[in-house]
Amino acid sequence: MPYVSSASPLQARLRRVLSSRVVTALAAPHSVDSYLHLIDPTWSVHEVRAEVTAVRRQTADSVTLSLRPNGNWQGFRAGQYVRLTVEIDGVRRTRCYSPANSVHAADGQIELTAKAHAKGFVSKYLRERIQPGMVVSLSQAEGAFALPEQRPQRVLLISGGSGITPVMAMLRTLCDEGHAGRITFLHYCNAARDLIYAEELAQIAGRHGNVELIRVFAEAEPFGELQGLFQRGHLEAAVPDYAEAQTFLCGPPAMMQAVRAVWEAEGIAARLHQEHFTAAAPVVTEAGEGEVRFARSERLAANSGATLLDQAEGAGLKPESGCRMGICHACTCRKLSGRVRDTRTGAVSEDGEQDIQICVSVPVGTVTMDL
Amino acid sequence: MSIYSKLGPEQFAAIGAEFDAIRNTVLADLGERDAKYIRSMIKRQRRLEAGGRIMMMIPPTWPLGVAALSASKILDNMEIGHNVMHAQYDWMGDPAINSRVFEWDSADTSKNWKLTHNVEHHTYTNVLGHDHDVGYGLLRMSDEQKWEPRFLFNAPLTVILHLFFQHFVAVQNLKLENYLVYKTKSGAQLKEEFKPVWKKMRKQLAKDYLLFPVLAGPFAPLVLAGNVAANLARNVWACAVIFNGHFPEAVEQFPESVLENETRGQWYVRQLLGSANFKGGKLMHIMSGNLSFQIEHHLFPDLPAHRYAEIAPQVQAVCRKYGLPYNTGSFARQSLSTWKRIVRLSLPSRRKAAPVTPGAAANDAVAQQLAA
Repeated sequence: MPYVSSASPLQARLRRVLSSRVVTALAAPHSVDSYLHLIDPTWSVHEVRAEVTAVRRQTADSVTLSLRPNGNWQGFRAGQYVRLTVEIDGVRRTRCYSPANSVHAADGQIELTAKAHAKGFVSKYLRERIQPGMVVSLSQAEGAFALPEQRPQRVLLISGGSGITPVMAMLRTLCDEGHAGRITFLHYCNAARDLIYAEELAQIAGRHGNVELIRVFAEAEPFGELQGLFQRGHLEAAVPDYAEAQTFLCGPPAMMQAVRAVWEAEGIAARLHQEHFTAAAPVVTEAGEGEVRFARSERLAANSGATLLDQAEGAGLKPESGCRMGICHACTCRKLSGRVRDTRTGAVSEDGEQDIQICVSVPVGTVTMDL
Repeated sequence: MSIYSKLGPEQFAAIGAEFDAIRNTVLADLGERDAKYIRSMIKRQRRLEAGGRIMMMIPPTWPLGVAALSASKILDNMEIGHNVMHAQYDWMGDPAINSRVFEWDSADTSKNWKLTHNVEHHTYTNVLGHDHDVGYGLLRMSDEQKWEPRFLFNAPLTVILHLFFQHFVAVQNLKLENYLVYKTKSGAQLKEEFKPVWKKMRKQLAKDYLLFPVLAGPFAPLVLAGNVAANLARNVWACAVIFNGHFPEAVEQFPESVLENETRGQWYVRQLLGSANFKGGKLMHIMSGNLSFQIEHHLFPDLPAHRYAEIAPQVQAVCRKYGLPYNTGSFARQSLSTWKRIVRLSLPSRRKAAPVTPGAAANDAVAQQLAA
């Protein structure tokens, strides 16, 4: 991992002392963290906490945060995501965001960009209410969608909308490394005014002869290399050698499906790496049958056909959850009995006891959960 | 059974609806204010604890240190621990103050306590043979409880219970009287049940009576004595608050029969009749974990406790409307009344007691329900 921890040797020693058995016993039954918190809210023995150092609003509906993480942050691989936890009106909310900065960023800060959707509770909070000086919690970086350690020569980065963030991290990282191979940055968005990182992208393309920027707008725009939604024609026109490249893809579900179809049709899917930025709408083939039993809390609900996470929340429970799209595993719970369908794949599970991700599991008939 | 037996089903239903409405209004309003409140309490407790333990190591500040650590332990157990483990703050989604994982500075494991307290005491409040808090298996607290010679020591035993409260609570779920007095529990079973308790107890003992004294070097005896004093202060205060909440003379106890087909409205009325408040200033409410609003707490055990003072006028209005008693008085008055009951019950009651034996059969019924 190229990231060098900002923790000094003194900090490292202090951390060893604070996580020792003696100190833990002195603080017990409470955590050492809960005492450290009194001195500085970003201090923690194990947790990654970060202070918001800057809030930029690049477009009408996006927000870009700079975060200074504490010494527990272990860095990330370009393309990975983190789980960001903020507290809104007293309630903690967790969502996944991909850092957009280069892994070589000199200041050690993490840059997250969120697009505020009309119904996006957390993204709206980040856009409208978060301020420098606030402290947030982060997970370590997660996810397999990342630049391989052995950098590919020819790289094609395809993104749509706010799916730009992980590939932005890849582009910035490769540029910082003086990558010699060709990089094509193919980005789709509605209009020029919605293009996040517009200025920086233009600068990078201007500075690095090996970087080709292809902006595709759905609306007619005076600039922009292409127009419309993703189509094979775009590839043929602008990236004729796409089949030779390692391609990294992140964007809205429909766009990702269209891209995937091309790669699959040509039998080159192995060269396509993708991040599911938003989950496809759950497909419920049969309307809810049976009931959902929450054993631990002794609650019962008629199966509505929604995901188990939604149904649990509808029944008044507050199970842990994170991404709500099946990637972060924060919501993993024990299923005691019954079958569930994975909303992403349509696969139906076994009948017995097993751990499942409740945000992407829909009950097929009666299901009993250890919740 | 006073007013409880005079109310009809419609009245119970109407009372239930009124209390539900109060509860729903608060639930809909939960937010940042509650989060700030509990966090500020935790911050205060941690500061008092750290400050208290340090001051205890310096002879001139020793008395201040004892006072600070006593206050810290009381806050930890009452306004924070008790209330957090009632799931009053679970809605925040913060693992640090979630009822499922929270542990407190007490010999009792949170797991056992949630069983005896949240499940037994709050579900079966003041129902003889079901609510173990009625006497803790040690005392006779009701005329309906059969007199035994050991109850001659009701008053001195109550003093002992106050002094060693955290350890009595720690073994409460073990129902020692079933082993010692009623012989319905085997020694092997008891030993097995004591294992997790000892694990927690040992940690607390080591922290207060070994680690911190050793840390103080030459002042080890001072710290040891200070920690004993702080634990004693917490024990006596917590026990007194709890006794005032359920044992003043006018507070009612109920026979097992009330549990049969009990409606939500009836449950509310039983909670109301089985609890008593005491008056005081803001500090008194905080230091008692707002159990000075025991009535409100028993009606709404999972609402953040700092809200009880705000809803008390509404609860009183419901009581006035339906002619229900609302038992409150000064701390001294409620204590005096409680001790009168304790002393009076050391002797056999004049009227014939119904054969309700705490221990044996009834407790098994609870155990079965818990296991189910």
